[in-house]
Amino acid sequence: MTDVAIVGLGLHPFGRSPKLSGLEQGAIAARAAIADAGTDFKAMEFAFGGSQDGGNADSLVNLLGLTGLQFTNIWNGCATGGSSLNAAYSAIKSGQYDLGLVVGFDKHARGAFNPQPKDWGLDDWYGETGLMLTTQYFAMKIQRYMHDYGISRESLIRVAEKAFRNGSITPTAWRQTALSAEDIATAPMVSEPLNKYMFCSPAEGGCALVLCRADLAHKFTNNPVLLKSAVVRSRHYGSFEVFSPSQAPAVAPSPTVTASRAAFEFAGIGPEDVDVAQLQDTEVGAEIMHLAENGFCEHGEQEHWLKEGATEINGKLPVNTDGGCLANGEPVGASGLRQVYEVCHQLRGTAGNRQVPNGPKVGYTHVYGAPGISGVNILTT
Amino acid sequence: MENQQPLHPGLFSWPDAPSQLLGSRCQDCGEHAFPSQHSCRACGSERTEVVGLGNSGTLWTWTIQSFMPKAPYQTDETPENFRPYGVGYVELACGLKVESRLHENSADALRIGLPMSLEIIPVRLDHEGNQLMTFQFRSAEAL
Repeated sequence: MTDVAIVGLGLHPFGRSPKLSGLEQGAIAARAAIADAGTDFKAMEFAFGGSQDGGNADSLVNLLGLTGLQFTNIWNGCATGGSSLNAAYSAIKSGQYDLGLVVGFDKHARGAFNPQPKDWGLDDWYGETGLMLTTQYFAMKIQRYMHDYGISRESLIRVAEKAFRNGSITPTAWRQTALSAEDIATAPMVSEPLNKYMFCSPAEGGCALVLCRADLAHKFTNNPVLLKSAVVRSRHYGSFEVFSPSQAPAVAPSPTVTASRAAFEFAGIGPEDVDVAQLQDTEVGAEIMHLAENGFCEHGEQEHWLKEGATEINGKLPVNTDGGCLANGEPVGASGLRQVYEVCHQLRGTAGNRQVPNGPKVGYTHVYGAPGISGVNILTT
Repeated sequence: MENQQPLHPGLFSWPDAPSQLLGSRCQDCGEHAFPSQHSCRACGSERTEVVGLGNSGTLWTWTIQSFMPKAPYQTDETPENFRPYGVGYVELACGLKVESRLHENSADALRIGLPMSLEIIPVRLDHEGNQLMTFQFRSAEAL
């Protein structure tokens, strides 16, 4: 079976774009990805796209051209981008298509998300009494994790510091101002133990990728990136998940653990082979826990890793080199694809001031989203 | 005194005494759920029964909600008189961990392992003037 290659990268920078709709930001990203691959929209045989608040992704054909292609809308919460990529991977792997587009975009209102209980199989009382906030879940997960594995508040601060430092050298980042440990430590508390600078914010933006059969990649680019695995997994009984009025007595591994293991198995490599990674960092605790859940270290080892700078751009495993969700914000439909966009630039060697040294060859991306879904991609040169 | 009634049926036994949480237990695999479910999320069986889950436990994890949530949050509070509230998972005798509002709302009053007990509290008045009630836990240490 053929490999799948990513041959075009496009981004409409995340943040706030008051003059553009979410759909328009998606179209800008799609055009950029198609131009990067040196082709045109007419050549696209399929598209998978998703958006939470920006409208139906397949409305993009009104802006890009009514070419009759198969355009499928994908909606899987924070794992929307990962799910779109998984669909494109399967479409090419199966032999059905040779060339297509994956796109995600969004435009969220300011402030925390306000999901509706009935959309998640829950009754209204859960939202009405103030339990339906993703911020609470993330805070409670890291609170327990800090207790179980000895993670300190300094580690939380270190992750935020790195995010904004990396954001400050990323021209497309939303937050481009580095913050000191003191700035972060003294910020207003949002949800104990996480404060204002430890959470990412809902935002706007678009991201797109052009994918093709690897044996055709040379027609579109000199530096294709191979998508070796694209895996999405949902939760098992017992994993500690968002929007759960109750949790089972025994704690089971999260969907991140199962997605990660499957992705490594498909790719035929292990965590030790990864040179650069993007791990879902909707808040600082998530990045810490996801380091272990994705198999890069043991639970509790992060304390040590962060002290040593292991996840910095020049560390042993650079994580979220563009500042991640913390510095880019989270337009849900586009966020998972932004991770892949960044890792592709790192593998191409085109990441500018934030380029990981010594020519990284293996990249990894991971998203986690409600109500307990995870997507992992492994990319190689 | 207004007429008090549960915000949502089936979450707790109140106004029947003793007040306790109600959940379901799977007759096939024995796993519990809160709120009650007709099918079991552990094994998929449709043979479940409603059982009492008790009114005490220990705090498994916690946080504090420091800003007033947007809708669907619906209480009688205003942004001006909003009072931060604790949120936690309380581990019950059957092992199930139930998510709940907590009476305590400061970091120094909460810690993992704290013994907790159930109480029934008002949420808001409905349009007929009934006082709608929900559950929360509070530290049992100070009692």
